[in-house]
Amino acid sequence: RYRHLLELLKRTTVHGESNSALVIGPRGSGKTALLNHVLKELREMKQVRENLLEVHLNGKSYSSIQMLRDTNDKVALKEITRQLHLENVVGDKVFGSFAENLAFLLEALRKGDRSSSCPVLFILDEFDLFVHHKNQTLLYNLFDISQSAQTPVTVIGLTCRQDILELLEKRVKSRFSHRQIYLMNSFDFKQYLRIFKEQLSLPAEFPDESFAQKWNNNVQHLSEDKTVQDMLQNLFHYTKDLRSLHLLLMLAVCNVTVHHPLITAADLHEANKQYRTDSKANIVHGLSVLEICLVIAMKHLNDVYEGEPFNFQMVYNEFQKFIQRKAHCMYNFEKPVVMKAFEHLLQLELVKPLERPSVRVQREYLLMKLLLDNNQIMDALQAYPNCPTDVKQWAASSLSWL
Amino acid sequence: MNTRQQSKIIYSWYGKPVSSDRKLRTFQYKGIIIQSERSRTETCIQLGEFILVEGENADQPFVAQLLDLYEDGAQQKHAVVQWFSRIAEIPPNKRKLLKREVSPQEVFFDQVVGYDSEIAVETIIKSTMVIPLHLGEELPITLNKEQTFYVKHSWDGKTFKALSPDTFSRLKEANKKGGGIPNSSNSFIPSDIVSPLKKETESLVGSATKPKNVELEIESKHSASKSSLAKERHSQRMANGIKTPTARKKLQLNSPTRSPKGRFLGCEVLELLDDDCDAVAPLESSAMKRKVKFTGILGSPPKIPHASDRSKSTFDTAEHCQRFSDTILLTPYRKVKDSSEKGKNLNPKDDPVSLTGHQDLGSQSPVLTPHSRRTCAQKTKARIAEQISILNTLELNHEEDFLSSSDSSYSSSSEEEESDVLCTPEKKTRSSRTSSTPKSSRKSSVHTPAKTLKKTPLPGTPKTPRNATPEIPRRNHAARKPASILEEARLRLHVSAVPESLPCREEEFQDIYNFVESKLLDGTGGCMYISGVPGTGKTATVHEVIRCLKQAAENDELPSFQSVEINGMKLTDPHQAYVQILELLTGQKVTATHAATLLAKLFSTPGPKRKTTVLIVDELDLLWTRKQNVMYNLFDWPTQKHSKLIILAIANTMDLPERIMMNRVASRLGLTRMSFQPYTYKQLQQIISSRLNSIKAFEEDAIQLVSRKVAALSGDARRCLDICRRATEICELASQKRTPEIVRMAHVMEAIEEMFSSAYVNAIRNASWHEQIFLKAILAEFRRAGVEEATVQQVYHQHVALCRIEGMQSPTISEIMAICSRLGACRLLLVESSDKYLHMRVRLNISQDDVMYALKDE
Repeated sequence: RYRHLLELLKRTTVHGESNSALVIGPRGSGKTALLNHVLKELREMKQVRENLLEVHLNGKSYSSIQMLRDTNDKVALKEITRQLHLENVVGDKVFGSFAENLAFLLEALRKGDRSSSCPVLFILDEFDLFVHHKNQTLLYNLFDISQSAQTPVTVIGLTCRQDILELLEKRVKSRFSHRQIYLMNSFDFKQYLRIFKEQLSLPAEFPDESFAQKWNNNVQHLSEDKTVQDMLQNLFHYTKDLRSLHLLLMLAVCNVTVHHPLITAADLHEANKQYRTDSKANIVHGLSVLEICLVIAMKHLNDVYEGEPFNFQMVYNEFQKFIQRKAHCMYNFEKPVVMKAFEHLLQLELVKPLERPSVRVQREYLLMKLLLDNNQIMDALQAYPNCPTDVKQWAASSLSWL
Repeated sequence: MNTRQQSKIIYSWYGKPVSSDRKLRTFQYKGIIIQSERSRTETCIQLGEFILVEGENADQPFVAQLLDLYEDGAQQKHAVVQWFSRIAEIPPNKRKLLKREVSPQEVFFDQVVGYDSEIAVETIIKSTMVIPLHLGEELPITLNKEQTFYVKHSWDGKTFKALSPDTFSRLKEANKKGGGIPNSSNSFIPSDIVSPLKKETESLVGSATKPKNVELEIESKHSASKSSLAKERHSQRMANGIKTPTARKKLQLNSPTRSPKGRFLGCEVLELLDDDCDAVAPLESSAMKRKVKFTGILGSPPKIPHASDRSKSTFDTAEHCQRFSDTILLTPYRKVKDSSEKGKNLNPKDDPVSLTGHQDLGSQSPVLTPHSRRTCAQKTKARIAEQISILNTLELNHEEDFLSSSDSSYSSSSEEEESDVLCTPEKKTRSSRTSSTPKSSRKSSVHTPAKTLKKTPLPGTPKTPRNATPEIPRRNHAARKPASILEEARLRLHVSAVPESLPCREEEFQDIYNFVESKLLDGTGGCMYISGVPGTGKTATVHEVIRCLKQAAENDELPSFQSVEINGMKLTDPHQAYVQILELLTGQKVTATHAATLLAKLFSTPGPKRKTTVLIVDELDLLWTRKQNVMYNLFDWPTQKHSKLIILAIANTMDLPERIMMNRVASRLGLTRMSFQPYTYKQLQQIISSRLNSIKAFEEDAIQLVSRKVAALSGDARRCLDICRRATEICELASQKRTPEIVRMAHVMEAIEEMFSSAYVNAIRNASWHEQIFLKAILAEFRRAGVEEATVQQVYHQHVALCRIEGMQSPTISEIMAICSRLGACRLLLVESSDKYLHMRVRLNISQDDVMYALKDE
C-alpha cells in the first residue's frame, strides 16, 4: 500500500501524469500517517521537492458550520488559491463571487499542460465531507482536471467511510479513477504488544543513556507482565485503534515523577481503569439519596411498562409508595422538593424528555425516558457510599416491601 | 447599449421615396433620420455614408457603408450595406497573413461572401468615418479614436488584398461627398476657392475626424446653398448636407440674405464654427444613448490639446476669442441633456466669437481656432499659411456678413434659448476671465472640464476585467519521457490522452456532424439532445465534431462559425450560464441578469454579419431551476428567426426532457435526440487496442477480460482505461526483478479485483473482537425482534450475553457507545445522532448475510 501510494505520487511528479486515489480505512488506522510518510519521502527526492505543489484541504473546516453549507466550496476554493500561491497573480483583487472564483481557478489549471506545468497534489482530508457539498462541484472539477490534458493533478482523498464510492454522484464517480487504497488494522495481539513496547521505549538518541537503558528494561519487563498483558489484551479486543493505546499510555506516563521514575503495572492498571470507566455511572455516584431514589423509581417503571416513557407524576407516585412503606428511614419530601431533584436529573441528562417542553403540557406530565441501563444503576448503587439498605433492597426488587 | 435599450429611438425616412419597385413593393430612400426621444436629437444618415452597426459586442460595433435604404411591403425598414471587418472579426489564424501589426482602428473592406448585407435599420447606431489609405501610408495620429476608421486592405475571407483602385476612389468619393448626394451645382464655386478647401480637408483628414466631417459637410452645404434659388428646394438640399436639423434651420434663415459669393464663404466659416458644435452634438447624442457619463470623456480629449495649442499660437488679444470658444466648448458638455437646444444656443454665441476674433486680429485668423483646436500641435506652418490666405480672400465680407447672419439667427432663436445663451456663457466666461495670461487661461480651460465631469455621474469606468491569467508555476524539471513500453502504454491509456480517432462512435459522430453541418449551411438554428451514461464518449464525440467542422470551415467547405461550451457542473449556479456564454461570445463580464437580457437581445434581433454559434451545453440537468427559465431561454433562442444558434445539449438520462422539463421547455428542445449506448465489450476492446496502437503491452486475452468485465458492469470507457492502467502498474511492480513483460491475465485480474472489490467484508474481518461481537449482537437482536432496527440498549443486552458465553469481560455502556460510533464512522452501521444515547437506533448498512459470512470464517 505504501509502495503503491509512493509510486503513484512519484509518477505524478516525475511524469506529469494525473491521478486520483482514495485512502480508505477506519479511524486510527494511520491514513494520514501513511500519506505524511510518503510525502516526506517524496520531499527528500530533490527533483520532486522542486516540482510538487501541495494543497491540503480538510473537510472538517469547510463543513463544520451548518449554516455555511452552501459556501463550503467557496471557502475551499479560496483555500486552494491561497495554497497554490496564486493570489500574487491576483494581487489585491478581491474575489467577488463564487462563480468568478471557480472560473479563475479552472482557468489557472487549464492553462497548464502535461509536460510543462508543475504538478499539483490535492489532499482532501475527510473526503466524505466534500461529498456533501452542493452538486459536488469541487470534486467534479478536480476529477475532471485529473482526467483531461490539463495541469497534472493528483487528488488524494482520505476517508474512513467504506461506502464512499456510493456517495459520489454518477458523473463524479465515472471521473474518479477508482484507485482505492484500503488501510486496515490487520495486526494480531503479538504485533500489538510490540507496538506497545515501541511506543513506550525511549529512542537511542535519548541524552541520558543509563536512564534510557533502565526505562527500556522496565518497559520490556512490563510487556512480559501477565496482568499488563491481560489488560492490553482487553484493550486490544475492545479496539484496534492505536490512538486509544496512546491515550492509555499517556495517562500512565503522566504519573511519572522524579520520585517515581518508572511506570509500574499498577500505573497502567490505574490508567486503564480511568480510561474504561462508564461516564454515566460516574455521574450517578454523585447524586443525592433522593435523586437515587427517583432513579430507582424510574427503573421500576421501566421494568413494569417495558421501556415505555413515563412522566414525573408516575415517578412521584412510585416514590410515594416506597416512602409510605419505609417511612421510618426516609424523610417524606414535599412534592416541589422532589420536583427539584427531578429537574436536576434532567439537567444531568440522566433523564431525557421525548419532546420539547411546551406550554400546553404541564411539567409534571411531560413524557420522559431514562438514559440509564439497569446494570448501570445497579453497578452505581454498589459503589455508592452510605446507601441506606432499604433503598438498596428496593432497588433490587420493586416488590420487596410487600 | 443598455441605456440605449431604454431610451426610445425613432427611425424615420428622410425625404420622399426616391424610387419604388412595384413588384417587390419596396420603396427606396435617400436617407434616414435617427431620432432619439430622450435627447431629442436627430441625425440624418444618407446613402454612401459610413455607419456603425450594432454587433454582438456593444463595445465593438460593426462598421459598414450604407448602400441602399428601402422599405418593404410590410413596412419594415431595411438597409443594404457594404461591410468592413475589424481586425477582431478576422480569425486569429488568418491575421498573421498581414504580417504587420494592425491598429484597432484599421478595418478591412469586406468581401466575404455569405455575410448578410441586408440589415434592419434599427441596428444602425450612428455615422462614422472610413478613410481609404494607400498601402504604404501610416495611420495618421488622431485625437478621436472612436470616430474614424482606416481601410487599406480588402478581406475576402481567405486573403488580404490591397484595395482596388476603383474601390479606393469610390470610398474616397464617399468620404468627400459626405452627404453622398451628387451636386450638380459645383460649378458655381470658383475653382480657386474650392481647391484649397479641398486640399485642406485632405490635409486634415489625417489629423482629425470631426473637422473633416464638418468640412465635408460644409462643402456640400456650400454648393447646395449656392444652387438654391427656390427656398423649399434649397432647404431640402441643405438638409441633405447637414447633419442636424438645428443647423439646417439656421441655414434656412441665413439663406435669403446671401447672394454674393464671398459672403457664402464667410457664412461657411460661420457654419464651420457652429458645425463644430454640431459635430460635437451628434457625438454627444450618440454618447447620450449609451451613457451619460461618457459625454464628459468623449468630449474632453479634444479640448485640452486645443486650449494649449491655441494659447501658444494666439496673441493676448486672442484671449477674448479663447474665452468665448471656451464657452462654446464647454456648453455642449454642460448641457448634455438637451443637445438639440444647445445646438441652437451655440449659434449666437459663435457669431461673436468669430466676430471679435476678426475685428481684433484682422488677418491673424482666429477663425483658425476651430481648426487648430482639432489639429494637433504638429500642424505645419504651411497649412496655416494656406488657411490664412484663404481666409484673407474672404475676409472683407466677413464682418457685415456675420452681423447680418448673427442678427437673423438671434431673432430666430426663441426666447428661452436666448436666456439660456445669456446665462451659460456668462457663467463660464467669468471663470476664464479671471485669468489673464495664456498659461492661466489654459489652466482654467483644463479645469472646467474637470468640473463638468464631476457634475455628470462619475464615469464608473467599466473596469476592464484584469485579465490576470492565472497560471500554475512552471515545473523546474522537464517531465520525464516514458521509458518503457509499459509506461508508454500507460500514457496512451490515460483518459486525458487524446486519441487520433474515436473508434466505435462513427455513427453517432456522423449523425451529429450532419446535423450541425446542415444547420450551418442553412444558416438556421436548432437543438440536439444527446444522452448517455457517463463514460460513453458523449463529450468527446461532440468535441471531435466541432473540431472537424472547424477544420472544414477553415478549408472553406463550410461557413465559419464559433463554438461555445458551458458545463453545468462547472457553474456555481444555473444562472451563471448566461454569464459564461456571454463572456465566451463577446468577452464581456456582466451580472447574470444583465447577461440574460444581452443574450436575449443578441439572439432575437436580426444580427447582421453574425456567424452561426454552436453552443455545447454539457451536464444539462444541472441547469435545472425551479422555474426552468435558464433551460427555457437556452432552447428558445434557436427557435428565433435570426439567432443562428445551434445547441448541443448533453446529459446522462435519456428521458430528461420528459422527466424534469416542463412541457414548454421540452417542446422547444425538439425531437432531435441521440442516445449513446454503453459500450459493448467488443467496442471497449477496440478502444483499448486503438489507443495502444500497436504497442505490444497487453495480451489479447487480458484486454478482452477487461472489456467484458467493464461492459457487464457499466460500459464506462473511463473505467476500462483505468483498469488497464492499474494493470500496467501491477505488472511493472511484479516484473521489476525479472525482465520486463507484457500485461497478462493475472495482472488484469488483480487490478479488477482491486477496483471492484467491496471492502466491507475485509473491514469486518479486521475489526476488533468486541466490534465483531457487537455485530453479532446486532444480528441476534434482529433475529429476536424480527425488525431490522434496534436500539443500542437492546443490542447491549445481547452483547453482554454473548460476552458471557465467550467468557469475556463485558464492556461498559460507554465502551459500547464508542464501538458503535466507530462502526458507524466506517458506515458498517447506520446510526442516529448520538444524543439519544441508549435509545439510539442502529441499522446494518450491509446485508446480514455479508456480516455472517465475514464473521463465520473467524
